[in-house]
Amino acid sequence: MIATVFLQTTNFIDAAYIVAFALLIYGMTGLTGPRTAVRGNKIAAVGMAIAVVATLLRKGEFHGSGTVWLIILGVAIGTAVGVPAARRVHMTAMPQMVAMFNGVGGGAVALIAWVEYRHGFGGGYPLRVEIFELFGAIVGSISFWGSNIAFGKLQEILPGHPIKAPGSIQTVINLVLLLICVASAVILCAGTHSQALFILGILVAAAILGNMVVLPIGGADMPVVISLLNAFTGLSAAATGVALSNPVMIVAGMIVGASGTILTNLMAKAMNRSVPAIVAGGFGGAVAAPVGAAGATGGTVRTTSAQDVAIQLSYARLVVIAPGYGMAVAQAQHAVRELEVALEQKGVEVKYAIHPVAGRMPGHMNVLLAEANVPYDLLREMDDINPEFSRTDVTLVIGANDVTNPAAKNEPGSPIYGMPILEVDKSAAVVVLKRSMASGFAGIDNPLFYEPKTSLLFGDAKTSVSEITAEVQAL
Amino acid sequence: MNSLVIYIALLVLAGFVGYTVISKVPNTLHTPLMSGTNAIHGIVVLGGLLLMSESSGVLEKILLVIAVAFGTINVIGGFLVTDRMLEMFKAKDPPKPQETATEDDKQ
Repeated sequence: MIATVFLQTTNFIDAAYIVAFALLIYGMTGLTGPRTAVRGNKIAAVGMAIAVVATLLRKGEFHGSGTVWLIILGVAIGTAVGVPAARRVHMTAMPQMVAMFNGVGGGAVALIAWVEYRHGFGGGYPLRVEIFELFGAIVGSISFWGSNIAFGKLQEILPGHPIKAPGSIQTVINLVLLLICVASAVILCAGTHSQALFILGILVAAAILGNMVVLPIGGADMPVVISLLNAFTGLSAAATGVALSNPVMIVAGMIVGASGTILTNLMAKAMNRSVPAIVAGGFGGAVAAPVGAAGATGGTVRTTSAQDVAIQLSYARLVVIAPGYGMAVAQAQHAVRELEVALEQKGVEVKYAIHPVAGRMPGHMNVLLAEANVPYDLLREMDDINPEFSRTDVTLVIGANDVTNPAAKNEPGSPIYGMPILEVDKSAAVVVLKRSMASGFAGIDNPLFYEPKTSLLFGDAKTSVSEITAEVQAL
Repeated sequence: MNSLVIYIALLVLAGFVGYTVISKVPNTLHTPLMSGTNAIHGIVVLGGLLLMSESSGVLEKILLVIAVAFGTINVIGGFLVTDRMLEMFKAKDPPKPQETATEDDKQ
């Protein structure tokens, strides 16, 4: 009996919260290396469990009829959705999964804010607490709806190309929506009798804003968008933590906010684009004009066969594989690994060149190749591999386009000019596996394809790679 | 110091700690980092748990049940999928190309 009372004291619960966020931070430090990461993730999970249990121990937690069952119901639904999703998801579908997870987190924040104001807690709050709560509501709602759109685009339910109102109308609409959010927030803070109405106004305006912000963003910019929405969800969780005076929510939310911010900046830098420019949108497709122009001057491409590629690769000393989104779409990572092993058995050195924005989310290629059992010491980041291209005999570009486009270095007029690229054009020969001659996601022609040292092998990446592997093994 | 100031101080400090820790995460692990942070922002489940007993009316209860479900999806789904992914990175600590090769031969 005494023990139960002790467990319910705020001192004990506060102490548990501190242990919980310490474990969350300690767990995250494990993610600095592949060896310690599994343990780190488990430690963070323990921290999370402690935070949840401590909250449930609170005095009055189960006060009111049915509260226990409602909590159990919520947890059961969450488990029923979350566990199969986490178990079954293919590694190629990770960007969608992360987008969805960002969304539900932001959605939860928005719903919590809604309940707070509906219930009229708001009136009793000091102004400074309300500011945090409302910030969480706006950002959480944007994140939820924005993530849904991102999910739809990645899952190809929605078209991947930008959907945008003409000219600056888009920007004007977005600003008006933001203004509605802020104005409603000010009214709520000033005090009103129709709190339930204004909080709903905020959530709806922020919802439309979330849709409007992500719809115009093209598929190639998805790594930035997902990171940004990740940061949004984290910050909204931290703000709600301040409003609810909950230290674990504050710390956990800020870790996620920091992580999302870092990734957003890294991704934007890897594309040489500013975050505001990306959010303003309209990258892919909007730049259709230069395609025709460059294509006309590009000349002819040289096609090749799996057999020729196999010979080329087998007699090389160093082969670099540059994978891109095409490898993910074709689910070719296992086939690629088989090719790598076949080549290694012939004494060929194989390395992988990983561009930070290859794929649809940060680290997308690394996960796919890890799934296919590629040792991570063969994966080279852009800055490490670029000096090596000059001594590379053959570079095999698999479903990557814009990240290998030399126009980024040589053509000041190109929309991607200034973006750091994998300098595959410096290697002695380049083989590009491509589905068709269609331009990349950004809709920009790639002069690499027209270089005399480049040959193209058309077809599904997985089939092409398997054919090459068979030929290599037959040699 | 009043408690709000302490909470805001915590907010700022946690931001710096987060920035320092996450900056050291290598590119290779950026996808697991994202799914791991998905799990961590599932901490919003606490918000639902804190408000459930204080809420009244059917709509509020429904909203909070959804919020708790969302948070749970994040926590459980996030940690599970991150674990699955990280095992792949860990699995082949000593690279064994031979094994894969024999499988290839069989095919």
